[in-house]
Amino acid sequence: MPCSSYVCGQTRADSLPERNPGIHPAGTRGEHPRRQEETGVTVAHPTLSVGQEMTLEAFADTVLPGRKRSPADHAVAGVDDSPGAVEAGALAVLTDPATGIAEGVGAMADELNRIAADMVREDEQTEDALPPFVRLPYRQRRELVAELTSTACEQRELWFLVAMFAYMAFDSAPHLDTVEAMRSGHPGLLHLGFRPPDEDGLWRASRPTYGRPMAPPRAGTDEFGNLP
Amino acid sequence: MSTAEDVDVVVVGSGFGGSIAAYHLAAGGARVVVLERGPWLSGPDFEHSLKFGTSSSRIFEFTAGDGMSVLGGNCVGGGSVVYFAAMPRAPRFVFDREGGTGRRLWPISVRRETLDPWYDVVAQSLNVEAATWRDTSHAGGLWGALCNHSGRTANPLPAAVDSSKCVDCNWMMSGCRFDAKQSLTLNYLPAAVAHGTQIRPLHEVQQVRRDGGDYLVDYLRVDETDYRVLEPGGTLRAKVVVVAAGAGATPVILQRSEAHLGTLPSAVGRHFSGNGERLNVAVMDDERVREVLGLERGDGHGYADFQSGRGPVVANWDNLDENLPEYHRYSLEQLYFPPGLGTVLAQAPQSRPGWFGLDKKRLLKDWQSWLIIFQMVEDDNEGVFGPPPPTGNSVRLSQQLLGRGTLRYRPHGTTLAAWARADEDVRSIVERDGLGRATPWTNDLVGAYTVHPLASCRIGDDPATSALDDTHELRGHEGIFVTDGSAVPTALTVNPSFTIAALAERAVPAIVERLRSRGVRVTYGAPPPKP
Repeated sequence: MPCSSYVCGQTRADSLPERNPGIHPAGTRGEHPRRQEETGVTVAHPTLSVGQEMTLEAFADTVLPGRKRSPADHAVAGVDDSPGAVEAGALAVLTDPATGIAEGVGAMADELNRIAADMVREDEQTEDALPPFVRLPYRQRRELVAELTSTACEQRELWFLVAMFAYMAFDSAPHLDTVEAMRSGHPGLLHLGFRPPDEDGLWRASRPTYGRPMAPPRAGTDEFGNLP
Repeated sequence: MSTAEDVDVVVVGSGFGGSIAAYHLAAGGARVVVLERGPWLSGPDFEHSLKFGTSSSRIFEFTAGDGMSVLGGNCVGGGSVVYFAAMPRAPRFVFDREGGTGRRLWPISVRRETLDPWYDVVAQSLNVEAATWRDTSHAGGLWGALCNHSGRTANPLPAAVDSSKCVDCNWMMSGCRFDAKQSLTLNYLPAAVAHGTQIRPLHEVQQVRRDGGDYLVDYLRVDETDYRVLEPGGTLRAKVVVVAAGAGATPVILQRSEAHLGTLPSAVGRHFSGNGERLNVAVMDDERVREVLGLERGDGHGYADFQSGRGPVVANWDNLDENLPEYHRYSLEQLYFPPGLGTVLAQAPQSRPGWFGLDKKRLLKDWQSWLIIFQMVEDDNEGVFGPPPPTGNSVRLSQQLLGRGTLRYRPHGTTLAAWARADEDVRSIVERDGLGRATPWTNDLVGAYTVHPLASCRIGDDPATSALDDTHELRGHEGIFVTDGSAVPTALTVNPSFTIAALAERAVPAIVERLRSRGVRVTYGAPPPKP
């Protein structure tokens, strides 16, 4: 789907780098705004409003959908019956300073809602105080995420970064040690069928091989397996 | 004002190009310092974890460009620490490539026959094992069986893996915990250190300057946790500089140096090749695998074992045929990628866009039944680097791992057609008799991608299209050599580590000669380091 100029026009390209501190130019230590010795960690976790958190969760749920956590769960659309990116820890990953986008995700949530506001049906606008993106049904959420990450959208790299980190919460749990994630039953890794490690926390496979030739080599292959 | 520290040779980067040069020059008596921007990890440091801040993000770098993203090593040992250690030699026809120019792109002095002795030297140190079906993973065996079922051949790959130590954990991209993979940290680098080489991790070279007949190399120090944080560094003075920072960084360092060094050859930062790489994901039907191919894992499954193994172990090389025209020659290699960056670009075939959403989640449910097929086609060296960023080779986005670089890549029709042919070939092999379904990774999100960046500062005979002469010396800048993947002139149609290493070995005698001509007493002829 092409990205409409209307949608892209809402993202205010000139202000995004400032509001998304993922775009840190590297500099010398003296120039960098946050230093390890000042904070203990490199950058503090951002403070998000409830609405921003819901919006980011709804975005993550669009990327890899899951079940509602409760009947009152509005962020998760509930189009699947197993845990999705939200239960896998999307918010924890998106607000992890290691990503470089943590300070900007609140502003990205606001931007998403500004874009979504005009997609919300007239009769829904006064229903409740939910953020506009959260009020969209899954189909429309998906259409918007597709549009924002399409090649026609100038800001697609930023939106893809948010989507990618939400996605990674599910398929690799980078906010958790993988051994601990497996032991605690991380839903994404379980969904993949990722097998657990040995007792010592290391993975090993006992010679996973069929152990026989499967095809003739290409003509001309030498004894080491190289072509001329 | 600080004074520059005097050495004979500064080596920028500690991957294949840097380590091999450092070893031989130090063994010959030169004072060598290796500056490496990444950390120095070994053995137990290589964690089985995908958590931010573990070795999986500390030693790896993903640099997004405009139309091409580059994945590479970022640690002492460079690409050899994160690679899959597949070590095929480049086929003969590669060295005759013209790429539409009507002229041979490789120097006339470099052919397969002239490179074979250098491959042999490297093989002694990296303990390259002959290809065999004995240890091929289920994924490799399945790919071989699929190729056979469609009337094709399949080749197990030579590899720099000590099978007696390998546990097939498939954590190779996070570094090898068991010292089975033959990284440079097990051979050339310790041998270089034994001969007095100093290796300085977390030192990022920014530029090279000229001072009389010497070179000054300026570096900044990199914070060990947050690579975006750079601390004041220093300067080294050397008679010879070997730039081997990888094809995604070497040209950027040289570009930044141009204001100090004077005009560079026009080919610096041009003619980049992604080695023609592209990935397909096949999802296999386990029942059909058992019924049609007769494969049994022994526990009721035919396959469903994507997770185990040691990266790529079997390739289809039917199209590596010197009688075929350029852009029609490619290999199709079974591959493993871990979760994380390794699944996000895969597409569910039944929806568009297929990289996210409910169908993608269903695709992930079948992850153990995935078979990734890695294409290496002949691209057309379409990559060009823009003006360098303020520091390093990218604007770093994340504390580790992610950065935004200046590479622009617009694949020509010949490259796109080659990928389309390879896609179709994969599909015809995988989908025959309903064995599986194959879909290429999307290029719509981060452009094309490569784990084997090449050719951004290449050797050649034509000064108009090659930045280096056939001794790897930068044209017009005596004493600066480039020995990494940047120097490889074209896509290789196979994994390039062995060829990069062989070229680096071949380049050393000329570097020794240059040192001698600059008054440094150095000899050549040290034996290959023992693995």
